[in-house]
Amino acid sequence: MNRQSNIYTIIYAIVLVVVVGVVLSVVYQALRPTQLENIANDTKKQILASARLAPEKGESISALFDQHIINSYIVNNLGEQTDENINPFDVNMALEVKKPADKRMLPVFECQTDAGLKYIVPVYGAGLWGPIWGYIAFDNNGDTIYGAYFAHQGETPGLGAEIEKPAFQSQFDGKNIFSQDGQFTSVAVVKVGKEPTDRAWVHAVSGGTITSQGVQKMLFDSLEPYTAFFNNLKNGQSGPTQLNGVSNNPQDFTGSDDTGKGLEPQQL
Amino acid sequence: MKISKSWLPFVNPLSQDNPVIVQVLGICSALAVTAKLEPAVVMTISVTAVLALANVIISLMRNTIPNSIRIIVQLVVVAALVVIVDQVLKAWNYEVSKALSVFIGLIITNCIIMGRLEAFAMSNRPWPAFLDGIGNALGYGIILIIVAFFRELFGSGTIFGYQVIPQWWYDAGYQNNGMMILPPMALITVACIIWVHRARNKDLQEK
Repeated sequence: MNRQSNIYTIIYAIVLVVVVGVVLSVVYQALRPTQLENIANDTKKQILASARLAPEKGESISALFDQHIINSYIVNNLGEQTDENINPFDVNMALEVKKPADKRMLPVFECQTDAGLKYIVPVYGAGLWGPIWGYIAFDNNGDTIYGAYFAHQGETPGLGAEIEKPAFQSQFDGKNIFSQDGQFTSVAVVKVGKEPTDRAWVHAVSGGTITSQGVQKMLFDSLEPYTAFFNNLKNGQSGPTQLNGVSNNPQDFTGSDDTGKGLEPQQL
Repeated sequence: MKISKSWLPFVNPLSQDNPVIVQVLGICSALAVTAKLEPAVVMTISVTAVLALANVIISLMRNTIPNSIRIIVQLVVVAALVVIVDQVLKAWNYEVSKALSVFIGLIITNCIIMGRLEAFAMSNRPWPAFLDGIGNALGYGIILIIVAFFRELFGSGTIFGYQVIPQWWYDAGYQNNGMMILPPMALITVACIIWVHRARNKDLQEK
Protein backbone atom coordinates (compact mmCIF):
# COMPACT_ATOMS: atom_id res chain seq x y z
CA MET A 1 0.00 0.00 0.00
CA ASN A 2 1.25 3.46 -0.80
CA ARG A 3 1.98 5.09 2.52
CA GLN A 4 2.28 8.56 1.01
CA SER A 5 -1.16 8.63 -0.59
CA ASN A 6 -3.81 11.03 0.68
CA ILE A 7 -6.30 8.24 1.41
CA TYR A 8 -3.80 6.38 3.58
CA THR A 9 -2.88 9.58 5.42
CA ILE A 10 -6.49 10.50 6.13
CA ILE A 11 -7.45 7.00 7.27
CA TYR A 12 -4.32 6.84 9.43
CA ALA A 13 -5.18 10.15 11.10
CA ILE A 14 -8.77 9.07 11.74
CA VAL A 15 -7.79 5.72 13.21
CA LEU A 16 -5.12 7.32 15.39
CA VAL A 17 -7.48 9.95 16.75
CA VAL A 18 -10.20 7.39 17.48
CA VAL A 19 -7.78 5.05 19.25
CA VAL A 20 -6.28 7.86 21.34
CA GLY A 21 -9.76 9.20 22.08
CA VAL A 22 -10.97 5.82 23.30
CA VAL A 23 -7.86 5.29 25.45
CA LEU A 24 -8.19 8.72 27.04
CA SER A 25 -11.89 8.36 27.78
CA VAL A 26 -11.35 4.93 29.32
CA VAL A 27 -8.59 6.34 31.54
CA TYR A 28 -10.75 9.32 32.44
CA GLN A 29 -13.81 7.22 33.28
CA ALA A 30 -11.78 4.74 35.27
CA LEU A 31 -10.02 7.37 37.36
CA ARG A 32 -12.86 9.91 37.68
CA PRO A 33 -14.44 8.64 40.93
CA THR A 34 -11.08 8.58 42.72
CA GLN A 35 -10.28 12.05 41.42
CA LEU A 36 -13.61 13.52 42.55
CA GLU A 37 -13.09 12.01 45.97
CA ASN A 38 -9.60 13.50 46.10
CA ILE A 39 -10.95 16.91 45.13
CA ALA A 40 -13.71 16.79 47.77
CA ASN A 41 -11.25 15.62 50.41
CA ASP A 42 -8.85 18.37 49.42
CA THR A 43 -11.57 21.01 49.80
CA LYS A 44 -12.47 19.60 53.22
CA LYS A 45 -8.80 19.69 54.18
CA GLN A 46 -8.55 23.33 53.13
CA ILE A 47 -11.66 24.27 55.12
CA LEU A 48 -10.31 22.52 58.21
CA ALA A 49 -6.85 24.07 57.71
CA SER A 50 -8.33 27.54 58.21
CA ALA A 51 -9.49 26.44 61.67
CA ARG A 52 -5.98 25.09 62.37
CA LEU A 53 -7.14 21.50 62.11
CA ALA A 54 -5.08 18.99 60.17
CA PRO A 55 -5.61 15.24 59.93
CA GLU A 56 -3.12 13.02 61.73
CA LYS A 57 -1.18 10.63 59.56
CA GLY A 58 -3.59 7.99 58.32
CA GLU A 59 -6.65 9.77 59.66
CA SER A 60 -9.55 10.15 57.25
CA ILE A 61 -10.22 13.74 56.24
CA SER A 62 -13.93 13.05 55.78
CA ALA A 63 -14.23 11.72 59.32
CA LEU A 64 -12.40 14.71 60.76
CA PHE A 65 -14.57 17.05 58.70
CA ASP A 66 -17.82 15.44 59.86
CA GLN A 67 -16.57 15.52 63.42
CA HIS A 68 -15.72 19.23 63.50
CA ILE A 69 -18.01 20.89 60.98
CA ILE A 70 -21.23 20.75 62.96
CA ASN A 71 -23.40 22.92 60.74
CA SER A 72 -23.30 24.69 57.42
CA TYR A 73 -25.67 26.97 55.54
CA ILE A 74 -25.89 29.69 52.93
CA VAL A 75 -26.65 33.28 53.91
CA ASN A 76 -27.43 36.35 51.80
CA ASN A 77 -25.85 39.76 52.20
CA LEU A 78 -28.49 40.72 54.81
CA GLY A 79 -27.24 37.94 57.04
CA GLU A 80 -30.38 35.85 56.52
CA GLN A 81 -30.21 32.17 55.89
CA THR A 82 -31.51 31.54 52.41
CA ASP A 83 -33.86 28.79 51.44
CA GLU A 84 -31.69 27.77 48.48
CA ASN A 85 -31.70 24.05 48.54
CA ILE A 86 -27.98 23.80 47.81
CA ASN A 87 -25.25 22.20 49.81
CA PRO A 88 -22.86 25.00 50.90
CA PHE A 89 -20.02 22.63 50.13
CA ASP A 90 -21.01 22.63 46.45
CA VAL A 91 -21.19 26.40 45.95
CA ASN A 92 -18.88 27.40 43.12
CA MET A 93 -17.12 30.51 44.42
CA ALA A 94 -15.68 31.36 41.01
CA LEU A 95 -19.24 32.01 39.79
CA GLU A 96 -20.49 33.64 43.00
CA VAL A 97 -17.87 36.40 43.15
CA LYS A 98 -18.94 37.61 39.70
CA LYS A 99 -22.50 38.28 40.88
CA PRO A 100 -23.57 41.54 42.59
CA ALA A 101 -23.36 41.30 46.37
CA ASP A 102 -27.13 41.02 46.92
CA LYS A 103 -27.42 38.01 44.59
CA ARG A 104 -24.54 36.04 46.01
CA MET A 105 -24.85 32.82 47.93
CA LEU A 106 -22.53 33.10 50.92
CA PRO A 107 -21.57 29.75 52.43
CA VAL A 108 -20.81 29.51 56.14
CA PHE A 109 -19.36 26.49 57.92
CA GLU A 110 -19.68 26.26 61.69
CA CYS A 111 -16.66 24.50 63.08
CA GLN A 112 -16.41 23.18 66.64
CA THR A 113 -12.80 23.38 67.81
CA ASP A 114 -11.03 23.11 71.14
CA ALA A 115 -10.97 26.91 71.17
CA GLY A 116 -14.75 27.21 70.78
CA LEU A 117 -17.14 27.64 67.87
CA LYS A 118 -15.58 29.15 64.72
CA TYR A 119 -17.29 30.41 61.59
CA ILE A 120 -15.49 29.57 58.36
CA VAL A 121 -16.18 31.45 55.14
CA PRO A 122 -14.63 30.97 51.70
CA VAL A 123 -12.80 33.73 49.80
CA TYR A 124 -11.97 33.76 46.10
CA GLY A 125 -10.04 36.17 43.88
CA ALA A 126 -7.34 36.63 41.29
CA GLY A 127 -3.56 36.45 41.70
CA LEU A 128 -0.96 37.19 39.07
CA TRP A 129 -1.28 34.11 36.86
CA GLY A 130 -4.60 32.59 37.89
CA PRO A 131 -7.18 32.26 40.63
CA ILE A 132 -6.32 32.35 44.30
CA TRP A 133 -8.73 31.23 47.00
CA GLY A 134 -8.87 30.40 50.65
CA TYR A 135 -10.92 29.95 53.79
CA ILE A 136 -11.01 32.28 56.78
CA ALA A 137 -12.11 31.11 60.22
CA PHE A 138 -13.60 33.74 62.54
CA ASP A 139 -14.16 33.74 66.27
CA ASN A 140 -17.78 33.90 67.32
CA ASN A 141 -17.54 37.68 67.76
CA GLY A 142 -17.70 37.85 63.95
CA ASP A 143 -14.68 40.13 63.90
CA THR A 144 -11.45 38.41 64.89
CA ILE A 145 -9.73 36.06 62.48
CA TYR A 146 -8.93 32.72 64.11
CA GLY A 147 -7.03 31.29 61.17
CA ALA A 148 -6.55 31.78 57.45
CA TYR A 149 -5.80 29.37 54.65
CA PHE A 150 -4.83 30.42 51.13
CA ALA A 151 -4.16 28.41 48.01
CA HIS A 152 -3.41 29.27 44.41
CA GLN A 153 -3.44 27.67 41.02
CA GLY A 154 -0.21 28.83 39.45
CA GLU A 155 1.53 31.66 41.27
CA THR A 156 5.31 31.87 40.88
CA PRO A 157 7.12 29.43 43.20
CA GLY A 158 9.19 31.26 45.78
CA LEU A 159 7.36 34.55 45.14
CA GLY A 160 3.56 34.77 44.91
CA ALA A 161 3.23 31.10 45.83
CA GLU A 162 4.47 31.97 49.34
CA ILE A 163 0.87 32.90 50.24
CA GLU A 164 0.25 29.19 50.82
CA LYS A 165 3.02 29.03 53.43
CA PRO A 166 2.23 29.15 57.17
CA ALA A 167 4.67 32.06 57.54
CA PHE A 168 2.29 34.24 55.53
CA GLN A 169 -0.99 32.75 56.69
CA SER A 170 -0.25 32.85 60.42
CA GLN A 171 0.10 36.63 60.21
CA PHE A 172 -3.68 36.82 59.95
CA ASP A 173 -4.34 35.17 63.30
CA GLY A 174 -6.02 37.59 65.69
CA LYS A 175 -6.58 40.38 63.16
CA ASN A 176 -9.90 42.22 63.23
CA ILE A 177 -11.80 42.95 60.05
CA PHE A 178 -13.85 45.76 61.61
CA SER A 179 -12.36 49.05 62.79
CA GLN A 180 -12.93 50.30 66.34
CA ASP A 181 -16.06 52.24 65.31
CA GLY A 182 -17.55 49.20 63.62
CA GLN A 183 -16.72 49.92 59.99
CA PHE A 184 -15.83 46.97 57.77
CA THR A 185 -12.16 47.50 56.84
CA SER A 186 -10.94 44.00 55.97
CA VAL A 187 -7.21 43.33 56.43
CA ALA A 188 -4.63 45.21 54.40
CA VAL A 189 -1.69 43.36 52.81
CA VAL A 190 1.12 45.91 52.68
CA LYS A 191 4.86 46.33 52.19
CA VAL A 192 7.13 46.98 55.14
CA GLY A 193 6.97 50.71 55.92
CA LYS A 194 3.52 51.21 54.38
CA GLU A 195 1.50 49.97 57.35
CA PRO A 196 -1.87 51.77 57.65
CA THR A 197 -3.09 53.01 61.01
CA ASP A 198 -6.84 52.77 60.42
CA ARG A 199 -7.10 49.01 59.88
CA ALA A 200 -5.48 45.68 60.59
CA TRP A 201 -2.62 44.74 58.27
CA VAL A 202 -0.21 41.96 57.44
CA HIS A 203 3.05 42.13 55.55
CA ALA A 204 2.99 41.29 51.84
CA VAL A 205 5.14 38.57 50.27
CA SER A 206 8.37 40.17 49.06
CA GLY A 207 8.64 39.80 45.31
CA GLY A 208 4.98 38.82 45.14
CA THR A 209 3.45 42.28 44.94
CA ILE A 210 0.61 41.50 42.54
CA THR A 211 -0.34 38.28 44.32
CA SER A 212 -0.31 40.15 47.64
CA GLN A 213 -2.53 42.87 46.24
CA GLY A 214 -4.75 40.08 44.93
CA VAL A 215 -5.04 38.66 48.45
CA GLN A 216 -5.99 42.07 49.83
CA LYS A 217 -8.62 42.61 47.13
CA MET A 218 -9.92 39.05 47.51
CA LEU A 219 -10.36 39.49 51.25
CA PHE A 220 -12.18 42.78 50.90
CA ASP A 221 -14.45 41.70 48.05
CA SER A 222 -15.27 38.27 49.46
CA LEU A 223 -15.79 39.28 53.09
CA GLU A 224 -17.71 42.53 52.59
CA PRO A 225 -21.02 40.82 51.69
CA TYR A 226 -20.81 39.00 55.02
CA THR A 227 -20.87 42.31 56.94
CA ALA A 228 -24.49 41.87 58.05
CA PHE A 229 -23.87 38.27 59.07
CA PHE A 230 -20.81 39.25 61.10
CA ASN A 231 -22.74 42.11 62.72
CA ASN A 232 -25.38 39.60 63.81
CA LEU A 233 -22.66 37.49 65.40
CA LYS A 234 -21.20 40.55 67.09
CA ASN A 235 -24.58 41.46 68.53
CA GLY A 236 -24.73 38.10 70.19
CA GLN A 237 -27.08 36.40 67.74
CA SER A 238 -25.46 33.12 67.00
CA GLY A 239 -25.87 32.00 63.45
CA PRO A 240 -27.97 33.54 60.71
CA THR A 241 -31.43 35.03 60.86
CA GLN A 242 -33.82 32.21 60.07
CA LEU A 243 -35.86 33.02 57.01
CA ASN A 244 -38.40 30.28 56.47
CA GLY A 245 -37.44 28.01 59.26
CA VAL A 246 -35.29 26.08 56.88
CA SER A 247 -32.94 23.69 58.54
CA ASN A 248 -30.15 22.15 56.62
CA ASN A 249 -28.89 18.76 57.42
CA PRO A 250 -25.37 19.47 58.65
CA GLN A 251 -23.97 16.04 58.00
CA ASP A 252 -25.17 15.79 54.44
CA PHE A 253 -22.07 16.27 52.39
CA THR A 254 -22.73 13.73 49.72
CA GLY A 255 -23.41 16.57 47.33
CA SER A 256 -25.30 14.48 44.84
CA ASP A 257 -28.88 15.42 45.62
CA ASP A 258 -29.44 19.08 45.00
CA THR A 259 -27.20 20.61 42.42
CA GLY A 260 -29.84 20.99 39.73
CA LYS A 261 -30.34 24.74 40.20
CA GLY A 262 -28.45 26.07 37.24
CA LEU A 263 -25.21 25.86 39.14
CA GLU A 264 -22.29 24.01 37.73
CA PRO A 265 -20.60 21.49 39.98
CA GLN A 266 -17.74 22.91 41.90
CA GLN A 267 -14.52 23.04 40.01
CA LEU A 268 -11.35 23.61 41.94
CA MET B 1 35.69 2.30 30.75
CA LYS B 2 34.59 0.51 27.61
CA ILE B 3 30.91 0.83 26.89
CA SER B 4 29.27 -1.60 24.53
CA LYS B 5 27.83 0.03 21.45
CA SER B 6 24.24 -0.91 22.20
CA TRP B 7 24.29 1.27 25.34
CA LEU B 8 25.48 4.39 23.52
CA PRO B 9 21.96 5.84 23.12
CA PHE B 10 21.69 5.75 26.91
CA VAL B 11 25.20 6.96 27.82
CA ASN B 12 25.78 9.67 25.22
CA PRO B 13 23.02 12.08 26.28
CA LEU B 14 24.21 12.03 29.88
CA SER B 15 27.23 14.17 29.08
CA GLN B 16 28.78 14.16 25.58
CA ASP B 17 25.50 14.84 23.83
CA ASN B 18 23.47 16.30 26.68
CA PRO B 19 20.16 17.71 25.43
CA VAL B 20 20.29 20.83 27.60
CA ILE B 21 23.93 21.92 27.71
CA VAL B 22 25.11 20.60 24.34
CA GLN B 23 22.03 20.65 22.13
CA VAL B 24 20.50 23.56 24.11
CA LEU B 25 16.99 22.09 24.09
CA GLY B 26 14.40 22.20 26.85
CA ILE B 27 15.71 25.50 28.19
CA CYS B 28 12.15 26.83 28.70
CA SER B 29 11.30 24.27 31.37
CA ALA B 30 14.75 24.65 32.89
CA LEU B 31 13.60 28.19 33.68
CA ALA B 32 10.17 27.24 34.93
CA VAL B 33 10.68 24.38 37.36
CA THR B 34 14.11 24.97 38.86
CA ALA B 35 13.37 27.54 41.57
CA LYS B 36 12.99 24.61 43.99
CA LEU B 37 14.45 21.08 43.95
CA GLU B 38 11.24 19.16 44.50
CA PRO B 39 9.39 20.21 41.33
CA ALA B 40 12.63 19.67 39.40
CA VAL B 41 12.84 16.06 40.61
CA VAL B 42 9.17 15.29 39.87
CA MET B 43 9.52 16.95 36.46
CA THR B 44 12.50 14.70 35.75
CA ILE B 45 10.52 11.58 36.67
CA SER B 46 7.51 12.66 34.59
CA VAL B 47 9.61 13.54 31.55
CA THR B 48 11.44 10.21 31.84
CA ALA B 49 8.14 8.30 31.84
CA VAL B 50 6.68 10.28 28.95
CA LEU B 51 9.82 10.30 26.80
CA ALA B 52 10.62 6.61 27.25
CA LEU B 53 7.04 5.55 26.45
CA ALA B 54 6.66 7.97 23.55
CA ASN B 55 9.95 6.83 22.05
CA VAL B 56 8.88 3.17 22.23
CA ILE B 57 5.39 3.82 20.82
CA ILE B 58 6.66 5.97 17.95
CA SER B 59 9.39 3.45 17.26
CA LEU B 60 6.78 0.66 17.01
CA MET B 61 4.67 2.81 14.69
CA ARG B 62 7.56 4.22 12.67
CA ASN B 63 7.02 2.09 9.57
CA THR B 64 3.36 2.98 9.27
CA ILE B 65 3.42 6.74 9.89
CA PRO B 66 2.70 8.78 6.72
CA ASN B 67 5.51 11.25 6.20
CA SER B 68 3.27 14.27 5.67
CA ILE B 69 1.64 14.07 9.12
CA ARG B 70 4.45 12.56 11.16
CA ILE B 71 4.92 15.58 13.43
CA ILE B 72 1.18 15.62 14.19
CA VAL B 73 1.22 11.90 14.95
CA GLN B 74 4.15 12.40 17.34
CA LEU B 75 2.37 15.30 19.00
CA VAL B 76 -0.85 13.29 19.47
CA VAL B 77 1.08 10.44 21.09
CA VAL B 78 2.98 12.78 23.42
CA ALA B 79 -0.16 14.75 24.33
CA ALA B 80 -2.08 11.56 25.08
CA LEU B 81 0.72 10.28 27.33
CA VAL B 82 0.94 13.59 29.18
CA VAL B 83 -2.82 13.65 29.77
CA ILE B 84 -2.64 10.09 31.11
CA VAL B 85 0.25 10.96 33.44
CA ASP B 86 -1.73 13.98 34.65
CA GLN B 87 -4.91 11.94 35.23
CA VAL B 88 -3.05 9.16 37.03
CA LEU B 89 -1.31 11.67 39.31
CA LYS B 90 -4.66 13.33 40.08
CA ALA B 91 -6.14 10.00 41.10
CA TRP B 92 -3.24 8.41 42.94
CA ASN B 93 -1.13 11.26 44.22
CA TYR B 94 -3.31 14.34 44.41
CA GLU B 95 -0.84 16.38 46.50
CA VAL B 96 1.95 16.08 43.94
CA SER B 97 -0.43 16.72 41.06
CA LYS B 98 -1.60 19.92 42.76
CA ALA B 99 1.96 21.10 43.23
CA LEU B 100 2.79 20.42 39.58
CA SER B 101 -0.48 21.20 37.82
CA VAL B 102 1.01 23.63 35.32
CA PHE B 103 4.33 21.86 34.84
CA ILE B 104 2.81 18.52 33.80
CA GLY B 105 1.04 20.20 30.89
CA LEU B 106 4.33 21.87 30.01
CA ILE B 107 5.88 18.48 29.22
CA ILE B 108 4.02 18.54 25.88
CA THR B 109 5.93 21.63 24.87
CA ASN B 110 9.31 20.22 25.88
CA CYS B 111 11.36 20.37 22.70
CA ILE B 112 13.56 17.44 23.83
CA ILE B 113 10.62 15.05 23.49
CA MET B 114 9.67 16.08 19.97
CA GLY B 115 13.36 16.28 19.11
CA ARG B 116 14.09 12.70 20.21
CA LEU B 117 10.97 11.31 18.52
CA GLU B 118 11.86 12.96 15.23
CA ALA B 119 15.61 12.37 15.36
CA PHE B 120 15.82 8.93 16.93
CA ALA B 121 12.57 7.00 17.43
CA MET B 122 11.47 7.48 13.80
CA SER B 123 14.50 5.55 12.56
CA ASN B 124 15.38 3.06 15.30
CA ARG B 125 14.00 -0.11 16.84
CA PRO B 126 12.08 -0.01 20.14
CA TRP B 127 14.86 -1.13 22.52
CA PRO B 128 17.45 1.46 21.43
CA ALA B 129 14.63 4.03 21.34
CA PHE B 130 13.73 3.16 24.93
CA LEU B 131 17.36 3.57 26.04
CA ASP B 132 17.60 6.82 24.12
CA GLY B 133 14.45 8.09 25.85
CA ILE B 134 15.67 7.23 29.32
CA GLY B 135 19.15 8.61 28.62
CA ASN B 136 17.95 11.92 27.26
CA ALA B 137 15.39 12.41 30.03
CA LEU B 138 18.04 11.71 32.66
CA GLY B 139 20.55 13.96 30.89
CA TYR B 140 17.91 16.67 31.01
CA GLY B 141 17.06 15.83 34.63
CA ILE B 142 20.67 16.02 35.81
CA ILE B 143 20.92 19.60 34.59
CA LEU B 144 17.53 20.52 36.08
CA ILE B 145 18.55 19.16 39.45
CA ILE B 146 21.97 20.87 39.43
CA VAL B 147 20.36 24.18 38.52
CA ALA B 148 17.57 23.75 41.08
CA PHE B 149 20.12 22.84 43.76
CA PHE B 150 22.01 26.11 43.35
CA ARG B 151 18.89 28.22 42.90
CA GLU B 152 17.20 26.83 46.00
CA LEU B 153 20.40 26.97 48.07
CA PHE B 154 21.26 30.58 47.27
CA GLY B 155 17.72 31.83 46.64
CA SER B 156 15.94 30.36 49.66
CA GLY B 157 18.74 28.94 51.82
CA THR B 158 17.04 25.53 51.76
CA ILE B 159 17.50 22.09 50.15
CA PHE B 160 14.27 20.16 49.49
CA GLY B 161 12.59 22.69 51.79
CA TYR B 162 14.95 22.05 54.72
CA GLN B 163 16.88 25.02 56.03
CA VAL B 164 20.60 24.44 55.46
CA ILE B 165 22.03 27.93 55.82
CA PRO B 166 22.37 28.38 59.59
CA GLN B 167 20.67 31.22 61.38
CA TRP B 168 23.92 32.78 62.58
CA TRP B 169 24.90 33.49 58.97
CA TYR B 170 21.75 35.59 58.63
CA ASP B 171 22.49 37.20 61.99
CA ALA B 172 25.94 38.08 60.64
CA GLY B 173 24.38 39.89 57.71
CA TYR B 174 24.02 37.16 55.07
CA GLN B 175 20.94 37.46 52.87
CA ASN B 176 19.22 35.09 50.48
CA ASN B 177 19.75 36.21 46.91
CA GLY B 178 16.26 37.02 45.62
CA MET B 179 17.67 37.17 42.08
CA MET B 180 18.28 33.41 42.18
CA ILE B 181 14.53 32.76 42.35
CA LEU B 182 13.86 34.77 39.21
CA PRO B 183 14.12 33.11 35.76
CA PRO B 184 17.24 34.98 34.50
CA MET B 185 19.42 33.24 37.08
CA ALA B 186 18.36 29.85 35.69
CA LEU B 187 19.85 30.86 32.34
CA ILE B 188 23.00 32.19 33.97
CA THR B 189 23.36 29.00 36.02
CA VAL B 190 22.88 26.87 32.88
CA ALA B 191 25.49 29.01 31.13
CA CYS B 192 27.95 28.40 33.99
CA ILE B 193 27.35 24.65 33.71
CA ILE B 194 27.96 24.80 29.94
CA TRP B 195 31.16 26.75 30.60
CA VAL B 196 32.50 24.15 33.04
CA HIS B 197 31.37 21.30 30.82
CA ARG B 198 33.09 22.66 27.71
CA ALA B 199 36.23 23.49 29.64
CA ARG B 200 36.47 19.84 30.60
CA ASN B 201 35.49 18.47 27.16
CA LYS B 202 37.87 20.01 24.64
CA ASP B 203 36.24 18.25 21.67
CA LEU B 204 32.99 20.17 22.28
CA GLN B 205 34.65 23.56 21.92
CA GLU B 206 33.82 25.41 18.73
CA LYS B 207 36.78 26.57 16.71
